[in-house]
This record gives sequence, structure tokens and C-alpha cells, in this order.
Amino acid sequence: MSLVIPLDQIKGKDREQVGGKAFSLAMLSQIGMNVPEALCVKAEAYHQFIACVGLRERILLEINRKNFKEMRWEEMWDAALRIRNMFLQTPIPSEITKELQSPIEDKFKDKAVVVRSSAPGEDSSQASFAGLHESYINIRGIAAILEHVRLVWASLWSDAALLYRQELGLDIEKSTMAVLIQEIVNGERSGVAFGKNPNDGSQAVIEAVYGLNSGLVDGTVEPDRWILDRQTGKVLSQRPARREKWVRPSVDGVRFEPLPADLCQKPPLTDDEIGRIFNHVLNAEEHFGAPQDVEWTFREDNLFILQSRPITTISSGTSEDKRPWYLSLRRSFENLKALRKKIEEELIPAMVEEAERLSGQDVAALSDIQLADEIAHRMDIHGRWVAIYWSDFIPFAHGMRLFGQFYNDTVRPEDPYEFMDLLGRGQLKSLERNQKLEEMASMVRKDPSLALRLKEFKTIKDEGFKRKLDEFIQQFGDLSCSIGEQTQCLQGPDGILRILLKMAKHPPAKKRRGSHRHEDLISRFLSRFKEKEEKFAAELLDLGRASYRLRDDDNIYLGRIEREVVVAIEEGRRRIEKRCRMKLEGADPAEIIKALRHSDYVPKKRSSTEPIKLSSELKARQIIGQPAGPGIAKGKARVILGPSDLFTFESGEILVCDAIEPNMTFVVPLSSGIVERRGGMLIHGAIIAREYGLPCVTGVPEATSLIQTGDSVTVDGFLGIVIIG
Amino acid sequence: MRLIQMERTARLREFLKDLFSSQRLAVLATQSRKQPYGNLVAFMATNDLKHLLFATTRATRKYANISSNPRIAMVVDNRSNREADFHQAAAVTATGVVKEIEGPEKNRFQKLYLAKHPYLKEFVSSPTCALLRMDVETYYVVRQFQNVVELHIKK
Repeated sequence: MSLVIPLDQIKGKDREQVGGKAFSLAMLSQIGMNVPEALCVKAEAYHQFIACVGLRERILLEINRKNFKEMRWEEMWDAALRIRNMFLQTPIPSEITKELQSPIEDKFKDKAVVVRSSAPGEDSSQASFAGLHESYINIRGIAAILEHVRLVWASLWSDAALLYRQELGLDIEKSTMAVLIQEIVNGERSGVAFGKNPNDGSQAVIEAVYGLNSGLVDGTVEPDRWILDRQTGKVLSQRPARREKWVRPSVDGVRFEPLPADLCQKPPLTDDEIGRIFNHVLNAEEHFGAPQDVEWTFREDNLFILQSRPITTISSGTSEDKRPWYLSLRRSFENLKALRKKIEEELIPAMVEEAERLSGQDVAALSDIQLADEIAHRMDIHGRWVAIYWSDFIPFAHGMRLFGQFYNDTVRPEDPYEFMDLLGRGQLKSLERNQKLEEMASMVRKDPSLALRLKEFKTIKDEGFKRKLDEFIQQFGDLSCSIGEQTQCLQGPDGILRILLKMAKHPPAKKRRGSHRHEDLISRFLSRFKEKEEKFAAELLDLGRASYRLRDDDNIYLGRIEREVVVAIEEGRRRIEKRCRMKLEGADPAEIIKALRHSDYVPKKRSSTEPIKLSSELKARQIIGQPAGPGIAKGKARVILGPSDLFTFESGEILVCDAIEPNMTFVVPLSSGIVERRGGMLIHGAIIAREYGLPCVTGVPEATSLIQTGDSVTVDGFLGIVIIG
Repeated sequence: MRLIQMERTARLREFLKDLFSSQRLAVLATQSRKQPYGNLVAFMATNDLKHLLFATTRATRKYANISSNPRIAMVVDNRSNREADFHQAAAVTATGVVKEIEGPEKNRFQKLYLAKHPYLKEFVSSPTCALLRMDVETYYVVRQFQNVVELHIKK
């Protein structure tokens, strides 16, 4: 079977081999519409490639590491990243290259092309949607084209594609990919058209921008929009855009440029052109028997159809499943830069100010009623910041992903996470906190009499130490509050002192790998680019670093607000405990508020949730998770179920927890390895582990119930496995 | 007579090579304090049949067993879980001594091993993974249900 087929030779029987996109363009061309010259690399080429180089089983091993339903979006991104790197690292064998080379060269010679995905089996009206797989614009020359064919193949395994295929019940093991290679049509005006408005079935929608379509599709260039009557084609309304930028082809891809002044004032389409596009959309609908979502472009007066597919509305999954939302957070560079400004200049300062304002209030001086109001007020404030955390901080984490992908594409490192080494070594808030702890520990280490006084909880006489401790508590709190699933605090600063005594018993935790590697990687990375490109690469690196830093800092800042909530709740709890003569540890804050407001109300205790314990007959021996920090460590497990477990932490133990909360990171320097239920390479815990060079495995289902405190545990951070016993 | 013997040996060697290249997994038998222990491992045989290679991480029970007692056995077979196995299937038990491959020869053996199991690249490349080489002393070859021959491998 030939691996390549020209568009005009595609017939009905080829549909499964060429995929929906290539097939529909072939059909439109055959009914006389203007479509760009194109070739299709059949799905068979993909199959031959993955079978021949051993990728098929490597991919399946990767995506079957864990029950897909239990995977967090960050783990999906990690799996997709690792698979993408496998493709980047594996050249197309010469026998397949030979088959592809001559038809592509004969057709396009040195012309620039677009390399697009065309996934078979995903073109039904239920399963076709935009943006799952990659397309690459303005690619020139056989080597570059084949390179991008490989990247399109890899995009079969993008995070979003993995999730949607699962949701639609498509068989992941059977998924395959054809690739469409199209002559680039450098249109001056481009856009999309929906034959039927998803929000109103009586209407059609046309959107248009100046320049190429990519700016519109990824949301960085705002389009003009026309709403049409589907019956008559009459324009019902037009929404003009703020026309500022356009996407133009450049030597090696595309670039954003400011829009010339004369175009800023003028809509990209005339009424006549709107009518022409609408007619094409209706013709396509008639041919395919369903309303179409069409991409088009005008080159001078010639209208080209770039692609056509049935309109779909993507279900966003169940409301509890946030994964589709996360995966929709692909942000462009421009978009992330604006978000960074907002976060650094507005949100963080406001958050710090809020925390300081709250900590300045003396809750002990409030009456019961006032205290109840204050708790409710603080919970509202906290809720507001949590909402901002989701809407702005989490999306900003995409900065790391954007840099990571760019780095892997340009540098092609063997380790797909090498980019993390360029992002780290920033001034993370939790490292700053740990540094301050270490300074105090070193004072204790040097002064046995101070150590003795601390041990016996006697008054501290050393003024220098006392000042440091007060400053620390002022800035970071006394480490005793744990937020998250259970809201509770231990009493007083005894916890810190206990930790300091433990830290003092051992030499300071080693800093991670030397800075040489970090500096080397950065200079090696930047030296790959020239002038303008270097500036872009440096900006992207800077953005990635800000995103990395914030992934940690935002937790600390949010932790400060949370602490103020807890302080108020604790004050209430103490008062109610005294009044009712009962222990209320972990009580629902709403119950405490109610009891403060009504002096005769006795709050209900929260039923304790016991961790699932396996019967003695069944014991986990080796659990698979995700490799999140390279290295190997063996030690006794310390399973963290509540704040008190933190203060019993012994040096050299393996930290086993559900998720490393910001208020837990102070024990990290004491630990020799980390096991976490929550999965991902870019989560807070993994970042901290990496900063300390600790072996870390994340995404271990039921980590805290399968592993018991005291178990001998080996953490293999290279392979992402934990061995117990 | 000698010639016939040589031809028989050559045919048996070819048979073993075919069997080993058709099968991906072998049963590894180790022991610790008189307690035998069995595992499935992805294996490969060198062309001269002197060695069987497999890989494991060092925190496993099999690795601990091997470290305290390097005498092991491996079983490779071509059964298909049908009744016909009783007359059709062949099984080979290899006995010998295992050691971890280190130093300059590791690269060569790792390449050989990955040529057969390319999907294990991440696993074998991990610093926590050991590549092991069994120096086979004897193959016990069982065919036609009860027909058993021994092939002694010269060092």
C-alpha cells in the first residue's frame, strides 16, 4: 500500500486511512470548491512507524500506568509530555522515509506547507472538535515536513486528546493518525464560519480576522463577528473587534505584527464576501448532510476552504470532573504575559495586604457574636481568594507547560523534564521559610544550653534567637495549623521548637545539585537562538520561571489567608469547648458559628474518617506512581494524616502524604524522600522535592492507607515506584 | 556417529534460538533461605546461547534473592493454553549462575536487550534498574510431553 495519497485521488473507501479532515476537503474539492493543494500521509504510515521503532508498546505502557479515571489533569499532561518526547527522540526509519519523501518533494518542492492532523474515526459529528491535535503552519523542505509529521503523530497523544477519547468511549489502543500536508495559502483575511449557531439554531455565525487564522483559533486575535439569518442569509448583527494585531507568515513559522493603521478601521469582510462564505457553508452542509464548522481564507479575491467538519458542542463532563476545564487552559504567550502582570501587580499585593489586615485584628477581644461574624467574614474572604486561585493562579501554571514544550521542541533533551532545571532555583517562598528555620536550627546546634532550655520548654533567654523566632512566627505563623481537609491547629509554638531540635541534631539539609548545571543549561538553551528569537526564548524562559515560582508562592500566600481563618475558628472552638465541656477537634466551622450565636446550642462533632486499613492478609509490596523527582531513597515511612504527625517527623524518614500542603513543606528538608497521592510533575510538592534534590513519587493511589508509619519504604524517583518492605 | 551428534546439537541450538526469539517472557526461579521464588521477566538470549539477559530494579525481592544466592533457573515455553499444548508445546529450563552486568560491557548488552524489548527503554535506562546476565550451564529441553534432552553449555 502506498503511504501517501494526493487529495484528488481520495475515494470513499479511503476514509479510514485519510481521516475526516482530508476526506471532507477531498469531497469539497470534488464538488468544485476551492481548496489548497494537498497530500495525505495515510494512517498506515503511522502504524508502520510505531510498530517498527517499538513505540506502540512504550506508549501503551505509559498510558496504562494508572487507571485513567484516577488520573489528574497534571498527570495526563505528564503522560502526554513523556509520549511526545518519545516521538521527538525517535527518528522515522529510512525505509518509511523513502516512501514518504518523493511524493511530498514532487508535489511541494520548496513551497511552504501546513502540516495538519487528520485523525480517522474521530470525524463523526459526535467526536470531531477543534484543537485536540496539532497543526503546524509555514513549514518548508522535506526534512522539516517529516519532522512535523512526527509531531502531528505525537499529538494523537496530547492530554486533551487522551481525555476526550476516553470520555467518548473511543478505543485508545486503536487510535491512529493521518496527516494532511497542504500548500499554504497566505490569505490576507481569514476566519471561521458556523452553518448553525450553537446557541440559536435559526442563525449562522461568521468570524473574521486580518492575516492568518491561527490568531483567531487560539484566541489571541479578536475577530469581527457577524450573525446571519440561516434562512435568508441576511446579516442580523455585526460585532466589530478591537483590530490591533494580525498573524503573518514568517521565515520559520508565523509571527504577530501590529495591524497597519488603515486596516484597523475597516472590517475584514464586505457584505458581498460574507454572502459568498455563507453560500459555501450551505453547500458543504448540503453535501455532508449536517451543519458545518468551516475554516476559510481570502487570498486577494479567491476564497479558499481550509477545512470543514460537523459542528459539535463539547460536553464539559460532569460538574465534579474538573479535568476538561483544566485541559482547556491552553494559554498563548501573549495571554500569559497579561495574566502575569495582573497576578504580580494586583492580586499578590492585595492578598498580602488582606492577610496583614486580618492578622492585625485581635479576635480574642471580640464578643461571641462579633467573633461568629468575623469567622463568617473570614471564610467569605478565603472563598473569594480560592475562586481567584482557580481563575487566575492555576491557569498561570500553564506558563511552565508552555516553556516546557518549547524547550523540548528546540533542545530535544532525553529527559522530558530537563526544562524544570532551568525554571528552578528561584526565590520560592517556602524555601525562604525553610532557610529561616535552618538559621534558627543552626543556632540551636551551636549552643547546647539553648537546646536544653528548648527541650524543657523553659523561657528562652537568648535574645537573638528569640527575636528570630518572633520574626518567623510573625511572617510565616507557628507552623501548627493544617488546612485542607481538616481545619485544626496545635497549640502554641511548641511544634516549631520540636522541629528545630530535630533539625539541630543533624547537619543542615544539602542544597540540591550545583548551580553550574542550571547556568549551563540556560546558556546552552539561549545560545541556540539568534537576535529576535533569542529575545523571545529569554522572555518565554522568564515567564516559565515566574509561573514556577508562583506555583509555590501562591500556596504560601493563600496559606496566610487560610491561617487567619483558622485563628478565628480556633478562638471560637476554645470558647465553645470551655462552655460545653467537650472536645471539638475538627468540628465543622458552621457548627462553631452557630454555637457562638446561640449560647444554648451544643455543636455536633464531626464524625472522624478513619483511613482505610488493609487487612493483614493483603499487603502492598510495590506501588506504581509517577516519577516526579529523580533519585532513590530508603527509609522508614512517616504517614502524615494530621498536623501532629508533622511534629513527630524524624530526620531521614520518608514523607508519605495525600498532598504536600504549603504548611507542611517545613519537614521536607528533614525527609529523605517523598510519596504523594496527588499526582503530577508540576505540583507544589514535586517542585519542592526537586528544589531539595529529593527522590519523589507522586500520583500513588491510596498512598496514606497502603503505607503505614514505620514501614520500610524505598522511593524510586527514576521509575516512579514505591517498594514497601 | 560423531557427525550425527553434531548435527543433532546444531538442530537443537537452532530450535532454542527460534524459541527464545519467539518468546518475550520467561519464568525466573530464585531462592532465599531455602524458600524458592518465581517471577515473570522479559528476557533475551545471546546468539551463542551462553547467556540469558533480564532486568529488574534493585529494590525487588528477586534482586535480593539473587544477591544472596546467584544460582538461578529460568523456564521458557511456547504454550498457548490449549489442550494441544500437551503434545505441541516445548519448555526449556535453563540453570546456571547470574551476575549483574556493570562496566564497559553493560552498554553492549543493554543494546542487545533493548533490540528485543524496545518498549522497556525507560525502565532499563533508569539508574535504579539492574541488567542481569545468567551464564547458562545446562538447558533441559522438554518436547512431545515427556521427551527431555540436556544441552550442556561450555564456558
